[in-house]
Amino acid sequence: MKEFALIFRTSTPTEPAPQLTPAQLQEMMTSWSNWMGGIAARDMLADGGHRLGIRESKTVAPGNVVTDGPYTEVKEFINGYIVVKTPSVEEAVEIAKACPMLFGGGKVEVRPLVAPDDNS
Amino acid sequence: MDLIPDLYRKEYGKMVTVLCSRFGMAYMDIAEDIVSDTFLSAAETWGMKGVPSNPVAWLYAVARNNALNYLKHDKVFEKRVRKDLIQGGERSFEMDIDLSGQNITDSQLQMLFAICHPSIPVEAQVSMALRVLCGFTIDEIAQALLTSKGNINKRLFRAKEKLRAEEVEIAFPEGGAISARLDTVLVYLYLLFNEGYYSASVDKVLRKDFCLEAMRLTYLLLGHPPTGKPKVYALMALMCFQASRFDARIDDSGELVLYEEQDTSRWDQELIDRGSHFFVQASGRGEISKYHVEAAIAWWHTHQVAEQEKWENILRLYNQLLILEYSPIAALNRAYAFFRVYGKEKAIVEAEGLQLTGNLFYHSLLGELYTGVDREKARQHFVQALALAGSEAERAVLEKKLSNN
Repeated sequence: MKEFALIFRTSTPTEPAPQLTPAQLQEMMTSWSNWMGGIAARDMLADGGHRLGIRESKTVAPGNVVTDGPYTEVKEFINGYIVVKTPSVEEAVEIAKACPMLFGGGKVEVRPLVAPDDNS
Repeated sequence: MDLIPDLYRKEYGKMVTVLCSRFGMAYMDIAEDIVSDTFLSAAETWGMKGVPSNPVAWLYAVARNNALNYLKHDKVFEKRVRKDLIQGGERSFEMDIDLSGQNITDSQLQMLFAICHPSIPVEAQVSMALRVLCGFTIDEIAQALLTSKGNINKRLFRAKEKLRAEEVEIAFPEGGAISARLDTVLVYLYLLFNEGYYSASVDKVLRKDFCLEAMRLTYLLLGHPPTGKPKVYALMALMCFQASRFDARIDDSGELVLYEEQDTSRWDQELIDRGSHFFVQASGRGEISKYHVEAAIAWWHTHQVAEQEKWENILRLYNQLLILEYSPIAALNRAYAFFRVYGKEKAIVEAEGLQLTGNLFYHSLLGELYTGVDREKARQHFVQALALAGSEAERAVLEKKLSNN
């Protein structure tokens, strides 16, 4: 089994998007719960990861330059990640294809975790 | 008269534990012999002279005297135990045997922690605790765990050897170690409960006793501040909710009654209320263990609300449980909840993705899901499940489904 991080990228810097109705929020929560639960049910979840917040986020650049937020130079930013364990990258991609992120205008980046002894 | 078997069940474990914690783990056999002798004297004396007014006090007094006699007169015991005790700084030969309620409780908790030592295989832990802490006979343990007496004896022998070899002390682990060991203890107690709850053994009374013993020991943990943690309250709540359906899930002929077909008036409301009480105490302290999630799932099962609401919540909780920790049974239960919320076609996709071929519940679930969707596939899965079923009760349920397919 190999481990892959699924990194969620989005361009809407809100958490959660305020225009959603309570019913839509509920639906969003349910689809995330079912997606994550489905991965875990196949024993393919290596790490439940984290959501990454917007408030109180800063970017630190050389020369004591501190700016607000993660979104200074990029239009997209990362708002969370999980780690899956699959036989190869193809299965990780299949999992990513069902990620609720994709239905809210976001993207999922699939990246292998590099083991400490892997210098490739 | 069932007085002696009843007392044996209730008191044997307590007496062995107290003596053993006094003598040291290496002398468990001697502790067991002393207690067995005590019951033998009880059978003889009570048969001739009648039952004393306080049989438990009588047993304790005789066990205490037998133990002190052993200390004074038994050569082997004198050489080994007394020497060890003296080396351990004990000056008094007239050592006391404290059979007070508090010491019984402490000794039982300490023994529980000792038995859950990481060097003991979990199967052996179960047998050992059933024998030494709960006082079940070898016959009863073998019957409930569906194995032979020889096997149980072997497990007990190996566990004792291990405890001796590792020089495990009958004491609470020091400081931080107690909370690390507590997790093993909880796993063990839940396992013991499930042995009773899900055992395929036909002896319903015995199975219920296993559940009650697991609950009694969990309750002891709650009364001891270092172990009265939120997750322990959550486990206690879980056990109460599950046990509330004990009578409803087995009919008078010993057959399993599926959840959907249970007579809800046979659910034990008092246990449900007790469970809710423990669950409140488990909550709001910032800790969510898998026992919290499982207790919440069990709570929804004990409540009669709209089906859609119930199963949506159960599915969400199974998702949460699996994210915390994978287990095949949780994955299968999740697939069932998925069926209840989203229907068979979608649940079949989820279930087949689990890849648990060779698992009884995997095949019986897929048989169920394919029923009314694909008759041949339903039949194949039920046949595979039938080949894997271990008990008459399980086979009966599957055969009924197969013939209705």
